[in-house]
Amino acid sequence: MTMRTAKGDGRIAFAYLAPALLVLVGLMGYPIYQLVLISLFDYGQEQVSGGAPLTFLGLGNYANLLSQDRFWAVLGQTIGFAAVCVLGTLVVGTALAVLATRVRTWARMTLFLAALGAWATPAVAGSTIWLFLFDANFGFVNEVLGTTGMSWTYDKWLAFGLVAAQVIWCSFPFVMVTLYAGIKAIPGEVLEAAALDGASTTRTATSVILPLLRPLLIVVTIQSIIWDFKVFTQIYIMTNGGGIAGRNLVLNVYAYQQAFAASEYGLGASIGVVMTALLLLVTLGYLRALRRSGEAL
Amino acid sequence: MNRRVVAEGVTVVIAAVVAFPLYWMVLTALKPEAEVISADPRPWTLAPTLDSFVRALTVQSFGRYLLNSVVVAVAVVVLSLLISFLAATALTRFRFRSRTTLLIMLLVVQMVPVEALTIPLFFVMQSVRDVAPVFGLNHLGSLVLVHLAFSLPFAIWMLRGFVAAVPVELEEAATLDGASRFRFLWQVLFPLVAPGLVATSVLSFIHAWNDFLFAKTFIISAAENQTLPLALQVFVKPDQNDWGAIMAGSTLMTIPVLIFFVLVQRRLVAGLAGAVKS
Repeated sequence: MTMRTAKGDGRIAFAYLAPALLVLVGLMGYPIYQLVLISLFDYGQEQVSGGAPLTFLGLGNYANLLSQDRFWAVLGQTIGFAAVCVLGTLVVGTALAVLATRVRTWARMTLFLAALGAWATPAVAGSTIWLFLFDANFGFVNEVLGTTGMSWTYDKWLAFGLVAAQVIWCSFPFVMVTLYAGIKAIPGEVLEAAALDGASTTRTATSVILPLLRPLLIVVTIQSIIWDFKVFTQIYIMTNGGGIAGRNLVLNVYAYQQAFAASEYGLGASIGVVMTALLLLVTLGYLRALRRSGEAL
Repeated sequence: MNRRVVAEGVTVVIAAVVAFPLYWMVLTALKPEAEVISADPRPWTLAPTLDSFVRALTVQSFGRYLLNSVVVAVAVVVLSLLISFLAATALTRFRFRSRTTLLIMLLVVQMVPVEALTIPLFFVMQSVRDVAPVFGLNHLGSLVLVHLAFSLPFAIWMLRGFVAAVPVELEEAATLDGASRFRFLWQVLFPLVAPGLVATSVLSFIHAWNDFLFAKTFIISAAENQTLPLALQVFVKPDQNDWGAIMAGSTLMTIPVLIFFVLVQRRLVAGLAGAVKS
């Protein structure tokens, strides 16, 4: 790839870039700046409508947030929920990827097609389908279990479990397909050499395949953490906006509710900043993992 | 041999379990209403009917919402295609100061959790409404703008590789033949990167199509401008959900995405595997 450096190129390049820059600065850059700014003010309905002056709080919203028991409870729930989703996704995805290497093409294609369906289903549709399957009166699951009338979304932990199951259902295909491709990419000679050296199946799996898959595993793990930490749609729809008295809230839904239901935009924005900061830490880990696995920018 | 047969049996059972929710969705959409709200649901129906689809499309003007979703998704795809193609060309075919900075910014911006930006974007859209109502709150334009912004970084990043793969000699030949820069760009380069454009378009389409959060935040008081994910919620009422219509709506919403997924799955898998493997 050669690049020309003729005179005037800079101007043309800028003209080509202008639309993209305009959109990205206006709708990504500026809002990021605004998010931080709003989080530093007492910004409620009255300030929005101009009925009250803006008061600069500095880190007041953050201090308020950190002193709330509610915030710590929601943060804990978010981490716990994400951990269950990530773990479930990885276990199911890895197990099925291994299973897929052990069967003939027709069986593998059947599995992949089903997984593709789960993967492609829009979150809103998927959540609604699961709600109906687990409906207290008309749900198929209660019919099979003989527990007609039982509510799966009333109990706090049961509701979290149901949402987590739905999230795992639509996110394991990514892990499965990626790891399957990774296992297939391991050269046959490596496995033959292990077999020649008299390694058992378990030994081959733990000492040969696993280390080779490690970079890939790190990447899908971190990708899953990033996704599952900010689940919104499933929680919002399946627990009807965060559960009874908000007991099924996660950070993302909490920020939304603070801002748009309670009109505490400043406080909502500070939750958004905390969330972004936490995800940024994960992302840094992601970049380091990518670099270690040899991916060039 | 025997172990493989067992493994295949297990695989098929798992596939059936994974596909079951989708089967149940289509089945419920095709069941007559009485069977849907039967306290004794059966995993089959002997009297399939399109009643639920008719109800979904007429009673709650679901057709209108379907159209809105299509308009938003198609507008996002077309705009993001044109803008990202130009930007990718600039970033691969020209050398200028701040080029590396821009590339790094493109990567960083992809890591921002866009969900956190709902609050500031709400106020941005409020201001936009005063200047250009079509692109402000309560209008489809606001959804087009945010999804365009969210899809651009990845689209530019992905197209870069495709543009770089087109030999520079081709451009020189075109210039010698008297083609203007503009003609080369749209009549030579654009068709050549088409495979990359298809893959990025599908991803932009799916993101815009599936969005629930921004549609919920921006379209607050204009029911006629809602999109499908929100419209689905109008059938959800305390204790009297019209499950037949909800499932018919879900089916209508899922089918386009499913088709696109099947169309690009090979590229998608290769792209993902390529993105994580060295």
